[in-house]
This record gives sequence, structure tokens and C-alpha cells, in this order.
Amino acid sequence: MFRILRERFRQGKRTIPYPAGAPPVLPDRLRGLPVLDESRCRAGCQECLTACPTDALFQDGQGLALDLGRCLFCGECTAACPTGSIQFSTDHRLAVRAREDLVVRSGREYALARSLEGEMLRLFGRSLKLRQVSAGGNAAEEADLNVLGTVVFDLGRFGIQFVASPRHADGIVVTGPVSENMKQALFTTHAAVPAPKLVIAVGAEAISGGLFRGRSEVNDGVTDLLPVDLYIPGWPPHPLTILDGLLRLLGRIDARDAARMHPR
Amino acid sequence: MNTSGLTLTRAGQAIPRGSIAALPFADFRRVVIDQAREGLAVAALFGDVPAGSERVDLYVVLADRESSRLGVGKTTLELDAFASLTPDCARVHLFEREIAEQYGVRPEGHPWLKPVRFHGSYRSGHDAWGRGPGEPIVVGVTDFFRVEGEEIHEVAVGPVHAGVIEPGHFRFQCHGEQVFHLEISLGYQHRGIERSLVGGPDKKTAHLMEVVAGDTSIGHATAYCRVVEALAGRQPPIRADALRAIALELERLANHTGDLGALAGDVGFLPTASYCGRLRGDFLNLTALICGSRFGRGMVRPGGVRFDVEPSRVEECSKRLKKALRDVTTAVDLLWNSSSVQARFEGTGTVSLEVATDLGLVGPAARACGLECDSRRDFPSGIYRFAQAPISSWNTGDVFARAYVRWLEIERSAAFIMDQLQSLPDGPIEAPAGALRPDHLAISLVEGWRGEICHVALTDHAGRFARYKIVDPSFHNWMGLAMALRDEQISDFPLCNKSFNLSYCGHDL
Ligand code: SF4
Ligand code: SF4
Repeated sequence: MFRILRERFRQGKRTIPYPAGAPPVLPDRLRGLPVLDESRCRAGCQECLTACPTDALFQDGQGLALDLGRCLFCGECTAACPTGSIQFSTDHRLAVRAREDLVVRSGREYALARSLEGEMLRLFGRSLKLRQVSAGGNAAEEADLNVLGTVVFDLGRFGIQFVASPRHADGIVVTGPVSENMKQALFTTHAAVPAPKLVIAVGAEAISGGLFRGRSEVNDGVTDLLPVDLYIPGWPPHPLTILDGLLRLLGRIDARDAARMHPR
Repeated sequence: MNTSGLTLTRAGQAIPRGSIAALPFADFRRVVIDQAREGLAVAALFGDVPAGSERVDLYVVLADRESSRLGVGKTTLELDAFASLTPDCARVHLFEREIAEQYGVRPEGHPWLKPVRFHGSYRSGHDAWGRGPGEPIVVGVTDFFRVEGEEIHEVAVGPVHAGVIEPGHFRFQCHGEQVFHLEISLGYQHRGIERSLVGGPDKKTAHLMEVVAGDTSIGHATAYCRVVEALAGRQPPIRADALRAIALELERLANHTGDLGALAGDVGFLPTASYCGRLRGDFLNLTALICGSRFGRGMVRPGGVRFDVEPSRVEECSKRLKKALRDVTTAVDLLWNSSSVQARFEGTGTVSLEVATDLGLVGPAARACGLECDSRRDFPSGIYRFAQAPISSWNTGDVFARAYVRWLEIERSAAFIMDQLQSLPDGPIEAPAGALRPDHLAISLVEGWRGEICHVALTDHAGRFARYKIVDPSFHNWMGLAMALRDEQISDFPLCNKSFNLSYCGHDL
């Protein structure tokens, strides 16, 4: 017993204060929110589009765009770009409420997730129970969801909890491209959650199918299968990206936190 | 190794497809059975339909841990049925089921011929279970073993489980609390990875390798790169080898630490559970310090690695590793010193050395039974040709042994990384691999944190992948978990399951 107490003392308190306190220190090589500067692009250049493994980059009438719903944050585009027009910042905040908000463009502000409103916010704002469904997931997204339960992130202090039955849940968190063999189980789980309910898609595969998009063994993610309330991009998303997204959804991050975390 | 008509090669070497011994089926069958009895591992056994052919070829890769040699052989099946090897060689049981499902050929006499991943045959019109082309295949619907008798009851769990974990289906035949038999039925995570690799390598290939099992990104990416480099006939620079090994050992540290925490949590020993939960993150963050991704995504690529470490990063890495190792040591010491924990670990979920050998278990699960196998030593490649961590094993085959082997490996991997960081070879980190030789075969074996990862590639006449076979260590080991549950209390299932911590996606591909 003494050993246990001594060790408890030695290991110390490890919970990060997020979203309060100083901005989180993230690895300098982390590939977070990409920043496009199309003004530097060479006319007619397609290098980044050719290099991208998931067709996350595209050009349309409004110019060059990067769809975070498909992005692996692999940096192949940055490596291929002759002009340095695509850079990845270490900004971990990426979650949005609408599929189209995942598209990053040159000189346009990225629209982070707004809070739930009205009845939904009243119901879930202080207590959110979630059921996780891995549908062709590769264990990395699942691992980073599990990490939120550790002392470092201590998800419980926000009233958010992963529960063992859909009937106890307020929503589901989906990972993976939705393998054909998990499609039915996904629908069954979703149906078993009492209404009103939330659907949260975590990772490129859950949002768009990612690398597996278009293959007959999968369903290109959950986006076209169920109404998604929160998209958390990444491959896998950093635990802080997930935490940030959940807290934004619940209106637990205010403008002050945001300004302090990323002083302009 | 008695060559017995097999073509000899080594991991990381490419051989012309034309040089592979083509045996009549009866000889093929006999050599596999005989060599397995002699103690050779079946690293891979898989099917292929060559372009323009109607018939299925079977390939086998036998691995001799003593001589580091591999024996490769093939046979062409004349019919859609062949005499199953499983009754004489249990360790191929799942390979044969996989071949049956993928190619619609039937291993006659297989004792439990059931689908593995529940998908249609790759050869339309040929189905091992005689299902018609349009007939729907429903995952999890198959004949399950049933134990009949008074007071026997069946417990079915999954596919969706209580925790944040991948899906799989488990069926227990119980007498009261006692488990007579556990049957594990997977396939829910099937994403068609092997099929999507055909025609590559292309710009998706390296990324796909990183999610074969997303918690083993470095392991599978390294195995892939070794195959490509063998086929291209180019070795990566030595500094890249060292950095790959550092990343591979960090992957082992993170996962083993997480597993020890999960085991502690399962027996309600919360101090170690919570410290290890955090420390697992500290190791992942070290990988992120090197390459920006906690899971090592983007780090290992054909020809070398994508990220170098400058001296200040090496120093930071060593400093943080030292601190994390100290914290893990004290956290895990609490486990070994708690009699209540030891009472739950010892004697639970025992797998005998004999069963482990028969099934061909790999990795820590095998070493926990006293089976001395470790690809880093047995088939060394890259920096492991020059530097090795001592092999870690135990002999009780129970939950304790699987936990303790992990702990030994944590200590030794950490020491190995420290050494490597201190003596990093100079030079470049990448040397372009170049085009792949046409009509060749190459094999790689990498000791991932769960055990031996085997990749085999066959190129076509244009140097593209005609067939790419992946064997995740979990493929060998799931049956080990089923055997560990024999005569155990059903309430010990979560603990036994965590002590194996196998991959669903790596199995389902
Ligand atoms: S980082 Fe994203 S956009 Fe860039 S190449 Fe990779 S997947 Fe494509
Ligand atoms: S590669 Fe660079 S310069 Fe070319 S289109 Fe892409 S971002 Fe612009």
C-alpha cells in the first residue's frame, strides 16, 4: 500500500488543463490544419493533385481546394509542391459540423464546429454518453478515442463518457470506412440509440472512405448512410482534435479560450 | 533445412518466379507436412490465379529459424478440391480456410471449413461452399460448433462490444461458468486490402500498408518496404535502417505499455492501469516527435525513411525515453508486487508449449509459452543484422507469462533504442528504390509488436504486383486465444483476450 501511495505521489497530476490554461504543446512536425496560398501557385500546375493518394485536392471554379474529409495529412502534396503553396500548421482544431466545411481554400477562414443549439444543447451540454462503432476501423482511431479516457485528457470531467450499450447512449461515434460486413450492425446500433441522437464521424475513413473509397468491400464512410452531426478529420485525428471537436459541439469552448490558444 | 524440392531463399531477397519449385500436389502436401513436423514455421500459404489461367496455384513459404532460410514451393491444383493438409498439420488450418474462401477451392477433410471473412470468391462461378453467384453472404452466419448436453448453454458476444474496440463475434459453449469451447468468428473489418494492392505499387500502396493494422503502421510499412527494396535490388541507407528500427521499437514500447495497463485495469488494479495509459501516450508522442504522427504514419517509405533526426532531436528523444522508462518501471513494479494481481494472472488462460508449437503461434504469445521465436533474431534484416535485443521468453504460457514477456521486451527495446540513438550511423536517409524486377517473388519477415509479420509479393511481366500476400501475426494467434479459454471461467475471457490483444483488422484485411 505504501508503495502504491509513494508511486501515486511520484507520478504526479498529469491531466492537461485543456481548454483552459496555456496552449497545448504539440510536436513541431505535427501535420494539423493545412494552409493554402494559391497566389504562389504556378499557372497550370497539377503536381499536388497528382501526388495525393486520396484525391483530397481538387481544382474548381473557385480555385484550389483541399478536402479534409479525405485527407490523410500525409504531406505528399507539400513534398510535391514546387512553390511551397501548401503548408501544414500545427493547429489541431479541425472539427466541423457540415461536410462542406471540411474544404480548405486559399485565404478563407476555416469554419470550426458551432455548438449544438436549443433542446439538443440543453439535453447533451452537460452530459453526453456515446457508443463507439468501429466499422472497418484500423484500431488507430479507436486507440485515440480510448486515450481520451486516460488521466491525461480525463474526458469524464466534461460529462462525456463512452458507454457499453447503445440504449444508454445519446449518440454514436463511427470509425472506419463502414465495411460491408459492419453496415447492418452500424444501422442496428444507431437504431437502438434513443432519439434525439447524435452521429460523430472520426477520421478520413469514416468521413469519406479515405483510401478505401470506391471499393466494393466498403461504403465510403458514414456520411451518406446516417445524418452526421460532427466531422472530426484526421488519419487518425490527434486526441486533442477529437476533444476539441466534442467540446465545441457541446458549447464548452468559448471565444476567450480560442483567442488564448491561438493568439493571432 | 532438408530442401526436399523447395527453392531456398532468404527474407529480403528476390527470386525469379521461374526458379520456384513447381511440385505435384502430393509432393507439395508431403513436404509441407514433413517440414512442419521437423519444426519449420509456415510463414505463408496462399493461392493465386496466374494471368490467363483457370487453375489455382498454391504457394508455401516455410521458415527455418535455425538457418534463417526460407523454402518456397508451389503447386497447381488440377481441380477445385484438394486433400486438406490441416489434419496432419494444424498450423495451416486458417490458411486453408482463407484459400477456400478466396479461390473457391475446397480442402477436402478440413475439420472446420468455414468462411474467414465472409466475402464472395475471387473466381466467379467457383465457390468452396457451392453458393451461387448472386447468393448473399451474411457475415457471422455459419455453422458454429455446439456442445450438446444437459446444462450446456451457449453465450454469444459481439460483433459490437462493450468497449471502444473493433468488432468480432465470440461464441462460448459453457457448462455453468466453465468454458468447454470458444469459437471466434471474424471478418467484420474486411476492407479488401490484398485485392486493392494488385497492380501496384501506386500512390496509395504505402499508405494502405500503414492501416493493414493501424496500431502496427511501422511494422507493416517496414515489411512492405523490404519487399519492394528486394524486388528493386536496392538497399536503403544504413541510417534509414537504424531509424526504422527505432520507430519499430517505439511502436512495441507504446503497445506493450498500453497492454500492461489494460491488463491491470481488467483485474481492477487502477494505479498501474492509469499510469500505463498515460505512458503509452508518452511513447506515441516520441514517435510523433520524430515524424509528426503518433502512429508513425509517413515515416517508413521504400528506399528509406522520410524524417531525419538532428542532434537536438536525438537528445530530446533520449531524455524523454529515459524518463518514460523510469515511470513505466515503477508503475509495472507495482503489478509484480501485488499479490491480488498475481493471483489473477497466474495460471489463467494457459497455453501449453505443445499447443503453441502445433498452432504455430508467434510473437509474445508464443514466447510466453517458451517458444523461442523472434524474427529480429531468426531472420534479421536492416539494423538487426548488426544489433539485437536479447530474446524475451517465459515458460508458463498463462496471462502472467504474456504480461511478463511484454515487460521484458519493454526494458530491452528501450535499451536498444537508447543504443541506436547514441550511435546513429551518418549519411542519407533515403535512396530511391527504383523499378521492380518483373516476374519475381520476394518475402519479408518483420517482428512487429504482436509477432511475425510476413509479406510476400509476386510481380508480373511489367514489374507490377500480380499478388500481394499479407500475414499479420494475429492470423496465427487467434486460435491460441480460443485454446487459452478451454476449461477456463467465462468471466476470465476479457483478461485472456487482453493478454493476447490481437488485431481484428489485421486478420480481416
Ligand atoms: S496531405 Fe492530404 S491533401 Fe496532401 S497529399 Fe496527403 S492526403 Fe492529399
Ligand atoms: S503543387 Fe503547389 S504550386 Fe502546384 S498547384 Fe499544387 S499547391 Fe499550387
